Amino acid sequence: MKVDLHDLVLDSKILKAGQKVLIRGIIYTARDSAHDRIVKMLNCAEKIPFEMKNAAIYYCGPSPAKPGMIVGACGPTTSSRMDVFTPRILKEGVKFLIGKGVRSEVVVDSIKQNSAIYLVATGGVAALLSKTVKKIDLIAFEDLGPEAVYKLEVEDMPLIVAIDSFGNTVFKM
Amino acid sequence: MRKIKSRTIINAVENLCANANFELPTDVLRSLEKSVLCEKGIAKDILEEMIENALIAKNEQIPLCQDTGMANFFVKFGDDVSIEDGDIYYAINRGVFLGYTKNYLRKSIVSDPLERKNTQDNTPANIYIEIVSGDKIEIAFLAKGGGSENASSSMMLTPSVGWDGVKEFVLKTVNEKGRNACPPLVIGVGIGGDFSSVGFISKKALIREIGSENKNIFYSEKEKELLDEINKLGIGPMGMCGKTTSLAVFIEARPTHIASLPVSVNIQCHSFRRKIIII
Repeated sequence: MKVDLHDLVLDSKILKAGQKVLIRGIIYTARDSAHDRIVKMLNCAEKIPFEMKNAAIYYCGPSPAKPGMIVGACGPTTSSRMDVFTPRILKEGVKFLIGKGVRSEVVVDSIKQNSAIYLVATGGVAALLSKTVKKIDLIAFEDLGPEAVYKLEVEDMPLIVAIDSFGNTVFKM
Repeated sequence: MRKIKSRTIINAVENLCANANFELPTDVLRSLEKSVLCEKGIAKDILEEMIENALIAKNEQIPLCQDTGMANFFVKFGDDVSIEDGDIYYAINRGVFLGYTKNYLRKSIVSDPLERKNTQDNTPANIYIEIVSGDKIEIAFLAKGGGSENASSSMMLTPSVGWDGVKEFVLKTVNEKGRNACPPLVIGVGIGGDFSSVGFISKKALIREIGSENKNIFYSEKEKELLDEINKLGIGPMGMCGKTTSLAVFIEARPTHIASLPVSVNIQCHSFRRKIIII
């Protein structure tokens, strides 16, 4: 099923855990260090370099783009390292989380409370995923190198709904 | 004594870093292709993405995974060869610097574990050197991603628990942490040695081709037993259920103390970037 993230904001409940989707829209990369900085900035009431309300965050640190390419390899990193920051991020209105692997119970609850969605991309298929990125812009934290925040415009990015807005999960422990 | 120039090593390592990150070894690709036949639904789709990714990466020279890894080198250095204008540590690190910067591979190393400043060139590499007889230098390269490394674990067991205890620890580690390590996995198991060496041998165990037999018949049987049990866990590709949780288990054992039974599990993701050259 093809979905536009913009449309999905209004109707996040249509997606169910286990469902395969091809998404299009704007997603922001942020991984360990970026999360750490964003949460510290929020705690100091500083302005975050992108609009968090209804945003999609992709746990990804791309490899550098070769000349002539839009982006380098850009697959997901392990989401659970971000668990400690996620409830705070969701409180700011972030709607979509994209990564790989299982999440903590606290995160599952927080996703449910905020009617957010956690989607997973296949890890280690970063060359394939790079083909779905149509545009990239550096937004913040350039000094972090691969951990900087990039704004990606994606089209037909293959994802699976791993935790839906009702808190149902695709993982069986 | 045979003499070689450090440039020979530097060039070889530079090419190793690039090739390993762009081309999935044939044995790994064949193993994924075989696994597709046993799966259906999401598990099958995910394995097919992995195979397609390997083709795109090779054809377009794009890294298989954005995490191009910490560079690990297992070197067998012949006692009848020397580098006439430098040393092996410098040459390998220089090769990593060139390989990662010139080929647009990601730089994933921080100089201090707490300060966390990126070194910008993916050095220093992990270099393990063993002196062997002969006039050749064998360099085995493993680009090891952080996600699967984080899922790895070591434990000091006591001798009374025996093989059952080792097996229990391996299964527990894979079951608790394997979903986050990009399965299907390759599992390196170190048994014996001491606290410091058991982790090393579990990683060194990974320098083997999928489908190769352990030279020790006892451990060859144990590898099959573990592989079977791990696949019965049902974790499946990317942890979303299925029959294919692991592609291979490699065991490396070492003499140990009468009081000890160290065990270590080094988890490798499906993007098993491994390449060996002999100079």
